[in-house]
Amino acid sequence: MRNILPVLTVVAVIIVIWYAAAIGMNKKWTYDQAARAKVEVSLTEMVKDTWTQDRPVLPAPHQIVQELYKSVVLKKVTSKRSLVFHGTITLAATMLGFVFGTLAGIFLAVGIVHNRAMDMSVMPWAIASQTIPILAIAPMIVVVMNSMGGTDFLGKETATAIFGYQPAFMKGLLPKAVIAAYLSFFPVVVGMVKGLRSPDQMQLDLLKTYNASNSRTFWALRLPSSTPYLFTSLKVGMAASLVGAIVSELSSSPLRGLGARMLTGSYYGQTIQIWAALFAAATLAATLVAMISMIERISLKRMGMN
Amino acid sequence: MNWIISVLAIWAVAYFVNVKLANSSLRHTRLIKLLVPAIFGATLLLVWEGLVRGLEVPPVILPPPSLIGVKFMSSLDILWGDLVQTLFKGALSGYIIGCSAAIVTAILIDRSPFLQRGLLPVGNFIAALPIIGTAPILVMWFGFDWQSKAAVVVVMVFFPMLVNTVQGLAATDTMQRDLMHNYAGGYWKTLQKLRLPAAMPAIFNGLKIATTLALIGSLVAEFFGSPTQGMGFRISAEVGRLGLDMVWAEITMAALAGSAFYGSVALIEKTLTFWHPSQRG
Repeated sequence: MRNILPVLTVVAVIIVIWYAAAIGMNKKWTYDQAARAKVEVSLTEMVKDTWTQDRPVLPAPHQIVQELYKSVVLKKVTSKRSLVFHGTITLAATMLGFVFGTLAGIFLAVGIVHNRAMDMSVMPWAIASQTIPILAIAPMIVVVMNSMGGTDFLGKETATAIFGYQPAFMKGLLPKAVIAAYLSFFPVVVGMVKGLRSPDQMQLDLLKTYNASNSRTFWALRLPSSTPYLFTSLKVGMAASLVGAIVSELSSSPLRGLGARMLTGSYYGQTIQIWAALFAAATLAATLVAMISMIERISLKRMGMN
Repeated sequence: MNWIISVLAIWAVAYFVNVKLANSSLRHTRLIKLLVPAIFGATLLLVWEGLVRGLEVPPVILPPPSLIGVKFMSSLDILWGDLVQTLFKGALSGYIIGCSAAIVTAILIDRSPFLQRGLLPVGNFIAALPIIGTAPILVMWFGFDWQSKAAVVVVMVFFPMLVNTVQGLAATDTMQRDLMHNYAGGYWKTLQKLRLPAAMPAIFNGLKIATTLALIGSLVAEFFGSPTQGMGFRISAEVGRLGLDMVWAEITMAALAGSAFYGSVALIEKTLTFWHPSQRG
């Protein structure tokens, strides 16, 4: 709580700098327009204009908030101009990928901890994989899965049979989810291996004197003591999944989702639209991570671990 | 069919060898520690090759590793040009600017606990956001060439680096600082002789995280627009032409570049922080 004042100060300073930067970066356009119309602009007129342009180089914060309000609250959620519409598409890919990626990561970590051959074979690669830009495969996965046919979560016929129509988020969901899963997979493996190994020798010895089997040791000691590591890797994995979903939307078709919104914005010079999509993505990331943090706090408290 | 059978045989043999090696009495030697993952990796490549040939997967879906290797060797000049554009011009310049700016900022706010308490939560918050999304904006601002990529990298590495440096500067305890005080070491002397060296492990931790971020930032920013060179540009262009062997060659290059970048920073860390417990092993 004692951090609130400093944080608010920093945020306020950032906003002030932002408005100042908006004047500096947008004033060229204002003066050009004025010169073309052969009118003189006073300083106040100039400042006012830089904060209200249609396609500013740097939109002022209130313009982004307006755009967010317009595209989140005022538009119907089924409209293609609604950020909620695009947000749910990104969210669906993120969540599907996150669930599969973390589950696979946890299973592999369990295998690594219990099987020495697996540990020595896989672990160096899992660690090395964190140094390489895995995101580079995103466009390829999208195109390859497109050419193989099935990129929808359920086929059009199946979805229509169940829901009566094909929900928008299911279209082209699979490649995005694959990339999101792939990105969250490795951090979870590395984190969970660390967590499952976190019990110290004394605790392991104690369970040995109880004649506990490997699986008993796993459920009673290893898994509970890995919980803090699990939540840390879940947070990293969630952020990575979202980045994966957004980047894969750049090359996916149809162009939907927050990433696609940024791309189309940059094609047509709609800077406010890009910033609004960026803020929506940031809000989504913050919300998802905050939700994991909340579950973390509650469960660690109930486990007596904080 | 023959391919499939040999794939299964290779898998079984390699599995058997690795289990033997991993459970042998020599398992703590360096050689075995390198050999086991090497066998695993080689097996994966062979299985990939065998399955692609055995199941007759078309190369526009998944080319076999041999084809990728041939493409890699035959287009070394293109790959090198892309590497220079993406790693040296985009990633490295942004990395240097971003990291040094973050370290300088950390030292500047070091004397103000108020600013630290304000900037750290904000920095941690921003570090968790999909910053890569600023790429289209920065490409509009700085143009298609490497400057916009460097800008993306600066934004991406700044906050993780800042957070790590601030934590590192807090790594000394009161006793050590009191000693400096007894020696009449002022703020700057203490910073230079005690706190910066003590912060080195945390700073290098940040620098290592930033290597990966830098390469990702530079590469993904090229998806948004690029001169006719660069790894990200080549990947998106070749994907469009279904030249998947070139895409894989480029991915191989990116993996090598990423590991080399990370490895060289880790090497510098080893020589500079040889005194730290984690390096004495």
